[in-house]
Amino acid sequence: MFSLEGITKSIDRWLNSTFHPTLALLLEFLIVGLCAITLFAVLGLVLVLMERKVSAYMQIRRGPNRVGPGGSLQTVADTIKLTMKEGLTPDGADKFLFNLAPFVVLTVAMLVLAPIAFAKGFQLWDINIGVLYISAVSSVSIIGILMAGWASNNKYSLLGAMRSGAQIVSYELSAGLSIISMVVLTGSLQISDIIASQQNGWWIFKGHIPAIIAFVIFIIAVTAETNRAPFDLAEAESELTAGFHTEYSGMKFALFFLAEYVNIFIVCAIGATLFFGGWMPLHIGNWTGFNHIMDYIPSSIWFLGKTFFLIFLIMWFRWTFPRLRIDQLLNLEWKYLFPISMFNLLLITVMAIMGWHF
Amino acid sequence: MFLKKYLSDIFSAVASLLKGMRMTGYYFTHRKEIITQNYPDNPELMKLPERFRGEVVMPHDENNEHACTGCTACELACPNATIKIITKFDISPDGKKKKALDTFIYHLELCTMCNLCVVACPTDAIKMAQNFEHSVFDRSKLTKKLNAPGSKIREGIE
Repeated sequence: MFSLEGITKSIDRWLNSTFHPTLALLLEFLIVGLCAITLFAVLGLVLVLMERKVSAYMQIRRGPNRVGPGGSLQTVADTIKLTMKEGLTPDGADKFLFNLAPFVVLTVAMLVLAPIAFAKGFQLWDINIGVLYISAVSSVSIIGILMAGWASNNKYSLLGAMRSGAQIVSYELSAGLSIISMVVLTGSLQISDIIASQQNGWWIFKGHIPAIIAFVIFIIAVTAETNRAPFDLAEAESELTAGFHTEYSGMKFALFFLAEYVNIFIVCAIGATLFFGGWMPLHIGNWTGFNHIMDYIPSSIWFLGKTFFLIFLIMWFRWTFPRLRIDQLLNLEWKYLFPISMFNLLLITVMAIMGWHF
Repeated sequence: MFLKKYLSDIFSAVASLLKGMRMTGYYFTHRKEIITQNYPDNPELMKLPERFRGEVVMPHDENNEHACTGCTACELACPNATIKIITKFDISPDGKKKKALDTFIYHLELCTMCNLCVVACPTDAIKMAQNFEHSVFDRSKLTKKLNAPGSKIREGIE
């Protein structure tokens, strides 16, 4: 049966038998880095195309349909166009910070990739504080955004960056609380433990209604954290031209764009891991026959399927809901999501202590 | 009381959001609802809406006759001087002088397709056509003479 674990194991064995262990480790670092960069590029191409097609069909349009079969090469053409454009740095900008900011944002996205389990046994770094690591590192991206906004020497950029700061800081709370509620159920911060605990059913089914509420709050909060509509106040085309990346052009703009889409993938992967069991196939209690059939589908397909389902959900939000005003945004977080998630966390804790979940 | 309003607010908000998502979800799954068309591929299959306004034309019948009396109602109705009507005097067989249309000048480059001239016309001599491929290399080509050469007013239209 096809499995990514087998491939990585055999590569590891071959490298260790051919080279000195230190050299083998360095070579593995190199391979992993290349894989991560390739994944980023492919994700950027696929997700942008998916977004454009989904938005088109939701708005009763056709979307890109000229380049390649059914428009499938449109994003490749766009990327080639962006690489050929001049990466302009404005005169009044802080040159160093201006050029550093896109890389900070992208590096953060790469760092968060580390503890995500893509398939059974296919994980870069299974640290024991995986979920904590993710929520800690992902909030660093706001520094990149603030850097971009400040260094651009542009009112729109600065306004967009400040809005984005207020938004990410407040929505991190409810995202964190809904992540914690899943950690309470699992009793571990380690990603592999969280997935293993969903062996007999995903948490969204096992955790009754509180788990569903936690999921809804999580998906709202991560939509806000990734600065997507209906929470895209940081960009707000109609008010701030393009927010914090107004002054960016060419490949530097492309890096911001790429980081946005990779961030969507990452938060959806985390959501899939916490609520839908990551790579764990759909298992129902003790139905061994059914569970065996489900095990025949490779775990990587389960993971990607769940992640892309969540990505589709977030895109569905974006192309349905109108943008919130800044006061409505903060109202929603501090008056609704935050108290509800606190109460929900309490409920889930009681549930976990009394053992009411399946 | 406060809690009741709080909770009902949340429920009505969620319900209305789901309503919106049902609409876009319906459009996403039903491709037949798509209203845009693959324009340059199928010029003959294009289905333009009935009320689409492309340019002002003056229909002529098979005898090369139009219905314009040269009353200049359209010229007066036009908000940005798109239409210029030059009139002449025809001598009818019984020796009477009668005002008639000489040249109907239409500046497509100035026209905003507001339809006011068509509404103002008392004899329905002009109408809006569906043609929209107007780009030309020379601006003077956009100044058009709407009445066909040698055409005259149809009998019985006052």
